[in-house]
Amino acid sequence: MTGGKDGTRASGPGHVAQWGAALLFFALVPLSGRSFFVQMANEILIMGLFAMSFNLLYGVTGMLSFGQAAFYGVGAYTVGLLLGKGILPYPAALLLSPVAGALLALILGPLCIRLSGVYFTMLTLAFAELVWGIVFKWYGFTGGDNGIQGIPTPASLHDPVRYYYFTLAIAFPCFAALRRVVESPFGAVLQSIRENPERTGFLGIRIRRYQLAAMVISGAFAGLAGGLFAGFQRSIHPNMLHWTKSGEVILMSILGGVSSFFGPLVGAGVILFIEDMIGKYTEFWEIWIGGIMLAIVIFFPRGVIGTFDGWVRRWRGHVGA
Amino acid sequence: MDSSLILSQLISGLTSAMTLFLVASGLTLIFGVVNVFNFAHGSFYLLGAYFAYQVVAVSGVGFWPGVLLASLGAGVAGVVMEFVFLRRIYGRAGEAGFQILLTYSFILILDDVVKMIWGTDYKSIERPESLSGQISFGEVAFPAYDLAVIAAGLLVAVGMWWVIRKTPFGRNLRAISANREMASSLGVNVPLTLSLVFGLATAMGGLSGALSAPVRTVTPGAGIEVIIGSLIVVVIGGLGNFWGALVGAIVIGEVTAFGILFLPQWAVLFSYIVMALVLVFRPEGLLARRGAS
Repeated sequence: MTGGKDGTRASGPGHVAQWGAALLFFALVPLSGRSFFVQMANEILIMGLFAMSFNLLYGVTGMLSFGQAAFYGVGAYTVGLLLGKGILPYPAALLLSPVAGALLALILGPLCIRLSGVYFTMLTLAFAELVWGIVFKWYGFTGGDNGIQGIPTPASLHDPVRYYYFTLAIAFPCFAALRRVVESPFGAVLQSIRENPERTGFLGIRIRRYQLAAMVISGAFAGLAGGLFAGFQRSIHPNMLHWTKSGEVILMSILGGVSSFFGPLVGAGVILFIEDMIGKYTEFWEIWIGGIMLAIVIFFPRGVIGTFDGWVRRWRGHVGA
Repeated sequence: MDSSLILSQLISGLTSAMTLFLVASGLTLIFGVVNVFNFAHGSFYLLGAYFAYQVVAVSGVGFWPGVLLASLGAGVAGVVMEFVFLRRIYGRAGEAGFQILLTYSFILILDDVVKMIWGTDYKSIERPESLSGQISFGEVAFPAYDLAVIAAGLLVAVGMWWVIRKTPFGRNLRAISANREMASSLGVNVPLTLSLVFGLATAMGGLSGALSAPVRTVTPGAGIEVIIGSLIVVVIGGLGNFWGALVGAIVIGEVTAFGILFLPQWAVLFSYIVMALVLVFRPEGLLARRGAS
């Protein structure tokens, strides 16, 4: 399930074109004039950022976290609570949401990385469920399963198109920052941990320190995504921390392809569209999501982008031969 | 606090410990032998509970035959999952990640299948009449059904130990756990044994669900609660360790039962605290792993 060797590396001019095309595409969405598309694109950017934060752990470092929703939810509740109780204005609260996500990762991370492989996955799941349980039950503080409604964001951000550009202006620099992290020497160490933790350790690298750092960075971006979502919907619910949310970003990343940088964003787009379409016809959307995931695991283990790349390469091979 | 209250909490803790043990030991068995972390194991608990509801409450089969049928049904579903789906990804690069995803997709699918067939309402089964009363020991009385569940759990524990240690099937199973290729070249039918182990373990999960159905109401979504409970159990006991699952289940059952006495709302927190402590001081689990036995 780990990514290809070249998957997370830059590829010269193609790389710039890829970024330009993505940015242009998202920037032009509001021209469609349909608020449905703007809302959908907004959600795709937020969930894409969330899924990319997950992929820093999974696709890059090889740590399958099943608790990513805890960081996302804590970021959202940071915004919801600070604004709801009138402590801070939205921009300041939003700035604190990645801090909250990073702090949570700093608390849970050392416990989770004590074990590796499947154990790590299950520990992230268990601790995330714990955080969810606390948010769900602590009525006095978080509002319990009522969530928080009517989060008072500034009126200037209530217009969907404005908030959309606000999201865009935050999400793309975040994507770039994540890209920098992956391509830095630090990121190279993370990738070598994915490929072979033992050998990386033999090089004198303290693996756990790097894994913890990856969790903290990932937690920060997940928290920011949560904060953006809180401002987008202006209402939040403990479900944002539920394990199904963690599962959703895993599915998005796998579907898009964990070994390509934009894979999780593509996956977020596909899944959100599928959920929206299925939601119109049936209440049983889980079975569809589960069925799609099952099919991917068995037939297309490299995801949409990976499979597509494979086809292109094979086709080029035929042409060249 | 008077001693009869302590005793009754002790018994109630043991009862939930046994239902946890039945799921966790199956989880650990599959992990030890098949080398798969069956994330969907709690869903077989769910299936067992709903099958029991169907057979006992709807079709009117007697309680114990119904429980056995439900357990058997869950086991058959487990074999199908292993034989049709899981088998295709054995040995693939990065298998662990795919295992989690594949079994995760089964949680989603089985959850919805259950909702489609039985709806989302709470379901429940009556306890069998012979076990609906209390059994008294001197001054204290315990619910007869709880005692029956504890007895059934212990019976399965001993039975499993016997199967693993004393039968040819158990010998094959241990051989595969130690070295799958070697076992195969010595003539052990590995694919068949893996399917059977999967069936046996999921049947135990189903049994747990069926036995819990009269005590807890049956709802969709119970699968994930159960898998997280059993996960905590196996982390405490040591994954792949059969007796570790028993020890872990008793620890968690009792910690939760007594946690309810002191801080009812936050009782669930205690099991996480125990798990965190084990992780810090003994990350390999209380009983270090020694093969599948």
